[in-house]
Amino acid sequence: MNNEMLLIQHGKYLTSAGSWQQAPAIYVQHGHIKAIGEVQNGLQASRTIDAAGCLVLPGLTDLSVALREPGNRDKGSIASETAAAAAGGVTTLCCPPDTQPVNDSHAVSKLIGELAHASGKCRVKPLGAMTKGLLGEQLAEYASLKRAGCVAVSNAYHPLRKLSVAKRCFEYAKTQHLPVFVNPMEPSLYRGSMHEGIVSTTIGLQGISSLAETIAVAHYLQLAQATGVKLHLSQLSCAESVAQIRQAKQQGLNVSADVALQNLLYTDEAAANFNSVFHTQPPLRAESDRIALLEGVKDGSIDAITSAHRPHEATAKLMPFGDTEPGMSLVEHLLPLAWMLDQRGELAFPRFIRAMNEGAAAVIAEPANHIAESAEANLVIFDPEHQHLCLAETMQSTGKNSPLLNQTITGGVNTTILEGVVTYQRSADTLDN
Amino acid sequence: MSAIQLTPNGRLKHFLTVSGLSRELLTEILDTADSFIEVGARNIKKVPLLRGKTVVNLFFEPSTRTRSTFELAAKRLSADVLNLNISTSATSKGESLSDMLQNLEAMASDMFVVRHARSGAAHFIAESVTPGVAIVNAGDGWHAHPTQAMLDMLTIRQKKGSFEGLRVAIIGDILHSRVARSQIRALNTLGVEEVRVIAPDTLLPLHVESLGVTVCNDLEQGLDDIDVVIMLRLQKERMQGALLPSEQEYYRLYGLTKDKLRKAKPDAIVMHPGPINRGVEIESAVADGPQSVILDQVTNGIAVRMAVMSMAMSGQTESNKTSE
Repeated sequence: MNNEMLLIQHGKYLTSAGSWQQAPAIYVQHGHIKAIGEVQNGLQASRTIDAAGCLVLPGLTDLSVALREPGNRDKGSIASETAAAAAGGVTTLCCPPDTQPVNDSHAVSKLIGELAHASGKCRVKPLGAMTKGLLGEQLAEYASLKRAGCVAVSNAYHPLRKLSVAKRCFEYAKTQHLPVFVNPMEPSLYRGSMHEGIVSTTIGLQGISSLAETIAVAHYLQLAQATGVKLHLSQLSCAESVAQIRQAKQQGLNVSADVALQNLLYTDEAAANFNSVFHTQPPLRAESDRIALLEGVKDGSIDAITSAHRPHEATAKLMPFGDTEPGMSLVEHLLPLAWMLDQRGELAFPRFIRAMNEGAAAVIAEPANHIAESAEANLVIFDPEHQHLCLAETMQSTGKNSPLLNQTITGGVNTTILEGVVTYQRSADTLDN
Repeated sequence: MSAIQLTPNGRLKHFLTVSGLSRELLTEILDTADSFIEVGARNIKKVPLLRGKTVVNLFFEPSTRTRSTFELAAKRLSADVLNLNISTSATSKGESLSDMLQNLEAMASDMFVVRHARSGAAHFIAESVTPGVAIVNAGDGWHAHPTQAMLDMLTIRQKKGSFEGLRVAIIGDILHSRVARSQIRALNTLGVEEVRVIAPDTLLPLHVESLGVTVCNDLEQGLDDIDVVIMLRLQKERMQGALLPSEQEYYRLYGLTKDKLRKAKPDAIVMHPGPINRGVEIESAVADGPQSVILDQVTNGIAVRMAVMSMAMSGQTESNKTSE
């Protein structure tokens, strides 16, 4: 928070009602939006940002950004990945507990919180481990995790082999008033490195059956109903999962879900050349799944979209496909990719923003961001016309494992503001491109 | 998918998969192989096409037949040959695979013949090596075994004259078979009438018909009107993952016996990529019988490997010239 007056001029902003509104001036001071409307001669701005031709958006909330720290500094650090998130327009993020050591303790959560605070790029809300060491055997200390700032507990793609343990986790999480984030996977069926379908059959890669997810979704929905926990299903990938969650919501179950942006953009066809950038978790599935996921976002069955950001060092992807590590480095390109979905007519841009603002914030019981007078100033200025060539050296993330690498990207974030402070400003040389 | 293995002029520069190759190119491989069969019959079994070139046989999986026929093929082309048998445990991390390739390239190798347990390994290596080095896929995971498929095609053409009108049955573990995937692709490209796969559902990949095959679960029904019978090797470990109950039941249902072979056309030929499990997928009387062409396949393997090695090397030379 600081005292200087920031003036954003000539932008078009997204109202809380989801419509676009021209704003000659948005004044920001003391971490809040002071005024929206005409330029006021009485207000002296110490810094002016020209947002002509740009969209002013509420800051995004991303439910799954792997920061890799502690433990995997060759993949990323809290400093580098929160900077990448800020460059992507994110002001609040959740980081999964699969660090080294696993975030199953007060100490690790505290460390993450302190390092995130020091870098100051994003609000970081850690997810604690659902079980000690993510081994699926013993409960982690949920109350301590919560005290250290964790907003939920998660299995982070580590299988909960015993439903008896999952049931206890749900019961204990409910007792501690913590939501559970579950990546639904039935471990005995979750074998392989891509979607089981025509492409896996053609190229002879072991395929992960859709049943590995949909059977797990059915289990966890029943456990949630029985225990009364607030269940959040993370990164759904199958059409049948969307159908199940839609039905569960219609029946009044306290459940939410998100989808990884990669699963809205790509299908298993992208991996037909053994391109390891498209080795993801969950796998990229069939076109019918992709369409169903988009429909799920549109009708609200799926509450939130996440970058599922998974930065890797180069060698993690330099192996035969099945031996490579899954995931994409995507957080800093959320908005250009969302813009692409809008331009293709697949998902309206304001709907995307809602999924990454109101939708995601509600999952972790945080207030959503609003562009309105006296609201907290968490803002993104996005230029949909901006073009730039994505190169390894222009990426903020340590992980260069982006499908956009060496491609020209249309749309770019100019500025991200967190509590009135600029956390990202595109440098002049890339502005000129 | 196969753009990586062709020069801008559509010539082979690697041989990674049959997929994406035209009927003309496959026919050219067969014709070239035909011309090398004559070399194998000579007193002095050598031609100088790869003289001064270094071929490295890089085998991450054990193999006797494929490795030795590649070695013989390279030697008959006058290349220097280095055989490396690498246990996968030593290279379970791909970083050392990349490192190893760089080391071998530093020894000025011109061609790698690669066998690896991972699907896509040959693609990965072809993308990693410096231009000018040819990669020949000697089998990668469940993905492809293109030289095996082409030697099978050569054998079929020798015995049947052409591919037109042929009905071919492939019997056994299609799910885990790189050989079957390459054969199906080659047979369809060369224009056979029908490729039929015969197996229980546990040994068939999801949507197998998308490969361009018809599916039959019953061996005797499936052999009806068949010209070419291709048996696949059954790995013993298939009993572990609940794919099959026992070798005995498999043999009773899918083992090729003289009796069952009578359902096929009288002049049908019987093929097997080897090594054979006698009494598991095939009866000895069939494997050694008059309709078996299994040893012809081995002989043809040398000629086909000479063909693709010489074609890939000349493709590399051509693309080097154009890039200079």
